[in-house]
Amino acid sequence: MYTQSFSTADKEAKPDGKAVVQPLNAADEARQTHFDAVIDADGKIEPRDWMPEAYRKTLVRQISQHAHSEVVGMLPEGNWISRAPSLKRKTILIAKVQDEAGHGLYLYSAAETLGTSRDQMLEGLHSGKAKYSSIFNYPTLNWADVGVIGWLVDGAAIMNQIPLCRCSYGPYARAMIRVCKEESFHQRQGYEGLLVMMQRGTPEQKAMVQDAVNRTWWKCLAMFGPPDADSPNSAQGMRWGIKRISNDHLRQKFVDATVPQAEVLGVTLPDPDLKWNEARGHHDYGQIDWDEFWATVNGHGPCNKERLATRVKAHEQGQWIRDAALAHAAKQQQRQQKEAA
Amino acid sequence: MSQQQPALKEWPLWEVFVRSKQGLEHKHCGSLHASDAQHALQMARDVYTRRQEGVSIWVVPSNTITASEPDSKDSFFDPAADKIYRHPTFYDIPDKVGHM
Repeated sequence: MYTQSFSTADKEAKPDGKAVVQPLNAADEARQTHFDAVIDADGKIEPRDWMPEAYRKTLVRQISQHAHSEVVGMLPEGNWISRAPSLKRKTILIAKVQDEAGHGLYLYSAAETLGTSRDQMLEGLHSGKAKYSSIFNYPTLNWADVGVIGWLVDGAAIMNQIPLCRCSYGPYARAMIRVCKEESFHQRQGYEGLLVMMQRGTPEQKAMVQDAVNRTWWKCLAMFGPPDADSPNSAQGMRWGIKRISNDHLRQKFVDATVPQAEVLGVTLPDPDLKWNEARGHHDYGQIDWDEFWATVNGHGPCNKERLATRVKAHEQGQWIRDAALAHAAKQQQRQQKEAA
Repeated sequence: MSQQQPALKEWPLWEVFVRSKQGLEHKHCGSLHASDAQHALQMARDVYTRRQEGVSIWVVPSNTITASEPDSKDSFFDPAADKIYRHPTFYDIPDKVGHM
């Protein structure tokens, strides 16, 4: 899964594409020069290296949002674990959802290297301050939604995440490499699940697949974030080597890759304007409803409240076991000390 | 490794090292929170070796790691920079000697 690119204004970031914010003194200026040189040479920044505050903040925001998306992303699919149509599909789905938990953990760890704590990040998510991918604020109404999440949502995620493997911040890039290795299983299991329904299913099952595609397609296109013209932060992200490919470019890649997959599957993508443009060498596609996108991002999607409430409840109900584990560890330690004495 | 402020209720942080197969060294692969060492090992298995990525795991409390200072990178590693005679390419050997 993946978090979309948000274009919330970042005051410290200058839109002129300079990595420099405002050096405080000569020592910081020298460090800034070194940092810029490393970035220009396509080098890596590691946790304890000096970095501009705005770079650190941007990364904390992006990586924690990404981690939150993985964690909240377990909920829509988790709904179907108990109702999967066969033992085979159930084991696959459990493995997939467990991977999403793992992805969340890799990413929280990466963000923690920047000096934020796990508790701070969770607090941000649970209080509603931090964002996560808006795609998870839509319901999974039928079994085909599970397949479509794998095929389209994870497919869009792969497009977005592959360039992040080359991100200038070492721990984020390494976490993304790990995530990308697992993501291919997610997309393939989803697509294959849909293929079985389309090739061997009843007319009702085929209609279910088409319905799920119809509901999810536009939301997937929006996952890539606002158009480049409306993404003032993108330039800064590119300058810092955090973002490598623009939102519109990635979206186009996704559309071009998905059209032939839809043909093989035997579904239509719900866009009358979708057609091959010989001159551009790409598919043209219709207008994305950005008002709906922003409404969902800002908390007014169909499942925002439910997702957050489920997440908070799980965390609160798990508090006793986290406390118990710490108490157990403390007791063991005391016992060992006593034996040693 | 990190500059985080320890919260009271947070499980401690552990660094995880995995040997991917016999004959190879343990390699750092990430970190996680766990209440104690045994717990950290179990968590590491679930988080970092779901697809047989490892045959052995080490977990180390993150706060026990002593690291060199990134700011003194230059002065710390400088002494090795001008000792090119430590490298085999420093020495010219006639071609007819063959591979050496």
